Amino acid sequence: MTVFDLVNIFELKVRAGNDQLQKEVSGGFAGDLLSDVIAHSRKGNIWITIQTHPNIVAVATMKELPGIILTGGREPDGDTVQKAEEEGMPILVSPLLTFELVGRLYQIGISGMNPC
Amino acid sequence: MTLKEIKDILSAEVISGDHDLEKEIKYGFAADLLSDVLALGRGSGVLTLLITGITHPQVIYASNIFDLGAIIFVRGKRPAEATLQLAIENQIPLLATPYIMFETCGLLYQHGLKPSIMRVKNG
Amino acid sequence: MAEAEERLRFNEMFHIEGGNFINAGAISSRVKKILKEAGFPGKIIRRTSIAAFEAEMNVICYANHGNLSLLITPSFLKVVVKDEGIGIPDVNLAMSEGYSTASEKIRELGFGAGMGLANIKKNTDEMILTSKLGEGTHLEFIIYLDGQETQFSSE
Repeated sequence: MTVFDLVNIFELKVRAGNDQLQKEVSGGFAGDLLSDVIAHSRKGNIWITIQTHPNIVAVATMKELPGIILTGGREPDGDTVQKAEEEGMPILVSPLLTFELVGRLYQIGISGMNPC
Repeated sequence: MTLKEIKDILSAEVISGDHDLEKEIKYGFAADLLSDVLALGRGSGVLTLLITGITHPQVIYASNIFDLGAIIFVRGKRPAEATLQLAIENQIPLLATPYIMFETCGLLYQHGLKPSIMRVKNG
Repeated sequence: MAEAEERLRFNEMFHIEGGNFINAGAISSRVKKILKEAGFPGKIIRRTSIAAFEAEMNVICYANHGNLSLLITPSFLKVVVKDEGIGIPDVNLAMSEGYSTASEKIRELGFGAGMGLANIKKNTDEMILTSKLGEGTHLEFIIYLDGQETQFSSE
């Protein structure tokens, strides 16, 4: 499954990285505490968060995450979009809250990793 | 579903509130940041489980303000001592699961827990 | 407001420490408890607690320290939040939704969406906000009671 597939299935709006949606999604990670994301996310995890500031791009790039989905109708900051375009990091938005979006992603077969 | 069922599904440890395991939970709300919790102003409180990685007393205060049913910490986190004391004083059950938030939400959703609020209107 | 004619039934002040994110919500949680024990209706409690929470968060995020006072009269609840800090340069601008001066640290904690003051306005019946640059901010809001019976209503 690719980021593009998720965009279609969940009607996500693309705010950055439109040309990088072919990236493969091999799992999911939800969280807003950057230290936790750095510690526990795995390469290939689509990242579900409400964080909108530019640091999320650096974290996602470092952990080789295929994209970031902002929930609850949140929008990325202007400089976040800019940075994401530079790094080729897809940023998508959804009006759904985290619990529901994750639930639905899980239903289509995207899973979290092994327990901590 | 009851807290006991949630405990079993998520291999969770009951950190406080052993006597409250028959408590009914219908909704889930996942938040790592306190500001997000304010969205619960429109939710249904006592039947809601807060799924979070915040271990500070913040979460107990927020739970008080919105009358939340219980709190589960994800990613193997455990509440700070001050948080635990407050939870006991305020009679809010605390659970902890080794699963990450994604898996926790996924499993609970699969087992029928509904979102606390359907979607956010702007602001 | 004919405040002078209203009998003040309850008046308590709480201290809020700036930068103390870990205990964010402690004060509004106490406000809520007081209102709940007094027997106010759920809707009144919810509106007051949410407004108090936003006000408390503003002090924590932006001020050095402040005080929140809860005043109860038979016909309204009043909350006064005074803080010492940098103050607000343009109150009208601060009131607009989405406007924020949050630092990076505040944003990383998820705050600073710029909705706080607007949220207070939404949940209350009257609101006054004044500020002096370099000194601090004074916020007051009122929630009217509609003749509800509570611990504080009878003589």
